[in-house]
Amino acid sequence: MPSSGRQALQGIKVADFSWSAAGPITTRYLAAHGAAVVRVESAGRPDVLRTSSPFKDGKPGVDRSGNFAILNANKYSISLNLKSPRGREVARKLIAWADIVAESFTPGVIERQGLGYDDIRKIKPDIIMLRTSNQGQTGSQAKQPGFGQHLVGLSGLSYYSGWPDRDPLGFGMAYTDVIAPRFAVAALIAALDYRRRTGKGQVLDVAQLETAIHFLAPQMLDYTVNGRIGNREGNRCPYACPHGVFPCRDEDTWCVIAVFTDAEWNSFKQMVNKPWAEDARFSTLLYRKKNEDELDRLISEWTINFTAKHLMELMQNAGVAAGVVQSPEDIINDPQLKLRDSFWVIKHKILGLVTHLGRPFILSKTPAQPRIPAPCLGEHTEYVCTKLLGMTDDEFVELVAAGAFD
Amino acid sequence: MCGKILGDLGADVIKIEPPNGDLSRSIAPFYHDIPDPQKSLFWFAYNSNKRGITLNIETADGQQIFQRLIENTDFLIESFNPGYMDGLGLGYSALSQINPRLMMVSITPFGQSGPHKDYKSSDIVSMAMGGFMYICGDADRPPVRPVAPQAYLNAGADAAAGAMLAYYHREMTGEGQQVDISIQESVALSSYLAVAYWEISRFRMKRYGNSRLLGSRVLSRMVWPCKDGYVNFVILGGATGSRTNNALVKWMDEEGMLPDFMRGIDWDKFDLATVTEDLMNLLNESVERFFLKHTKAQLYEWAIRTQAMLYPVSNSEDLLQNVQLSDRNFWTKVDHPELGDTITYPGAWAISSEANLDIRCRAPLIGEHNQEVYEGELGITKEELTMLKQSGVI
Repeated sequence: MPSSGRQALQGIKVADFSWSAAGPITTRYLAAHGAAVVRVESAGRPDVLRTSSPFKDGKPGVDRSGNFAILNANKYSISLNLKSPRGREVARKLIAWADIVAESFTPGVIERQGLGYDDIRKIKPDIIMLRTSNQGQTGSQAKQPGFGQHLVGLSGLSYYSGWPDRDPLGFGMAYTDVIAPRFAVAALIAALDYRRRTGKGQVLDVAQLETAIHFLAPQMLDYTVNGRIGNREGNRCPYACPHGVFPCRDEDTWCVIAVFTDAEWNSFKQMVNKPWAEDARFSTLLYRKKNEDELDRLISEWTINFTAKHLMELMQNAGVAAGVVQSPEDIINDPQLKLRDSFWVIKHKILGLVTHLGRPFILSKTPAQPRIPAPCLGEHTEYVCTKLLGMTDDEFVELVAAGAFD
Repeated sequence: MCGKILGDLGADVIKIEPPNGDLSRSIAPFYHDIPDPQKSLFWFAYNSNKRGITLNIETADGQQIFQRLIENTDFLIESFNPGYMDGLGLGYSALSQINPRLMMVSITPFGQSGPHKDYKSSDIVSMAMGGFMYICGDADRPPVRPVAPQAYLNAGADAAAGAMLAYYHREMTGEGQQVDISIQESVALSSYLAVAYWEISRFRMKRYGNSRLLGSRVLSRMVWPCKDGYVNFVILGGATGSRTNNALVKWMDEEGMLPDFMRGIDWDKFDLATVTEDLMNLLNESVERFFLKHTKAQLYEWAIRTQAMLYPVSNSEDLLQNVQLSDRNFWTKVDHPELGDTITYPGAWAISSEANLDIRCRAPLIGEHNQEVYEGELGITKEELTMLKQSGVI
């Protein structure tokens, strides 16, 4: 049970110059757990997610993107004109205020704005800077342009995913954008701890490519040790059978069934209660693997009679691992995820009640809490300047007049 | 994965295995294809930078030793079914009495409580229940899971993030806590884009195979066959795509493979929001024909030279030959004296100006550090250790 209202990162301040997905997903973990995260944005060059689908009512607009909203709960937004000297002055104040500076531009871009690590450590010597990028800050191809959707190809995730007899999987989303942040969060907190112990800040260079390869480490070792390149495995598993996705009664609905042990196979057989299940061809794992195509076909003829949810419950009650291939609406309504507050429905000025990513996990005594919806662009410019940076109203008005904000 | 991340960050991680070794030691691939618990490459991959001891925590002696270990432990990472540790008297409520500063990181398929907490699961079940598989695969086949075990890896990396957040709180307040990781939840958060589409426009993303969905609801190809494999290429619009598109058109023209209709397109103004399916299909045909004449290395060299957005669909061999990864010294050689060999691993996943996150030591052998930990650090005598060995405790 939570012992107090305290949040894990209470008091930690983040100046977040990052954009698109990987950077903001990283700072989302921090914001969810109580850090004050200020997204440093620009109306002149808005975050690419603000201009990407899906939009409320299908109408584009910087405050209408669901893609932006879902990733940015609990954060403030300031709209800063970094081309103006007074805008850069506000940026420097924000860096002096912050414990952590995050950025995710193509390597070299932030240096050109005078906000590279060597610049910002002059403003705040113990600053912690997170630089997240596609391929890292160094190396001959560091500046190669691209998005997360390209990285699923470059990293090997595509090649090893999908059906062995078909093209590699395109994923349909920038999967590496959700991999790198998990590593980056762990490293950032380690850096905060290091600063506490030694008084020293640091810069962290996290490449999406490299973190993603760690999700394929066994495949890499198979090559470096055995010289084997390997291939896609579809839904099969070398040590389980049946192990796959089976069609259910309603259109395009599916249930996963995974049988690992003899005891589970016996339970499965009893549940199915068909003569073919007793066939000698399916009596052991090795026999089932040998006749897996046929077994999958017979199971599919049986599963098509059930709804996916009913089939999952039948299997689970019999002690067999099974799960519905849940659609987006299924996971939003999933009782288990609801109980855990995995998604936060927060009222947004433009989008109305809208789903944001919520708790990534539950810290028993300091659970993450929703505070504010994803910000509209520049929504907190005045608040950040006057309340967080401590400017007077007159100073703020003067900055507005001087073109510090856009 | 969770323990490895903490180990890479410099923590002294001790992997506690049952006396016959951890189950994941039986997962392929194996060193030189010899199926042996000391030779699993899967085990090697996720257990470097750890020490290893064996302990049977289902025995009374094992439980007592475990409790002594916990007295001086910061993080306990466990992935037993909910309630199992409680049943042994080693649940969070008991362990926090011994060490209130402990962070107990519990990773389970669905979490510590709730209607599905006792459901049986596996990687593919978590990928399905977390919504990720729904958008993976071809329209004419069942959903397909991404390369195993992505659900476990998502959750393991999340667990490291959660563990560190809890650690920060403890350093500030002295208070430990339990970190409850649900593998399904980790996967669900990775499925955010499909959730956003559903929530904002009641549009259900489906399986687009080698393609992706555009805002105009037209499919845009991502994975293309080439002469010796595949490349990843996305036709992008406007300013974002113009450099790549113009460079490609120029190259196709040079090789006499540019169809007239492509010559007529103003690539600086090409707009994905209004592109028709027919035009996309025509583009796909022409571009595919061109890619099929070239190898992935040729195509990638062109992309690097012209700063175009095209990448190989790499396999392990391609990655080992990738210039950028060598430039960054990503690959790291690790000694395996027990095999008389040195193995190349993926190295540091982050470069810090203050610390080195590279691999310091290979994964432990079964019980490799029993003597070091039990005798050297817990003060168990040699005689006791022999008795514990014979009674199957270690």
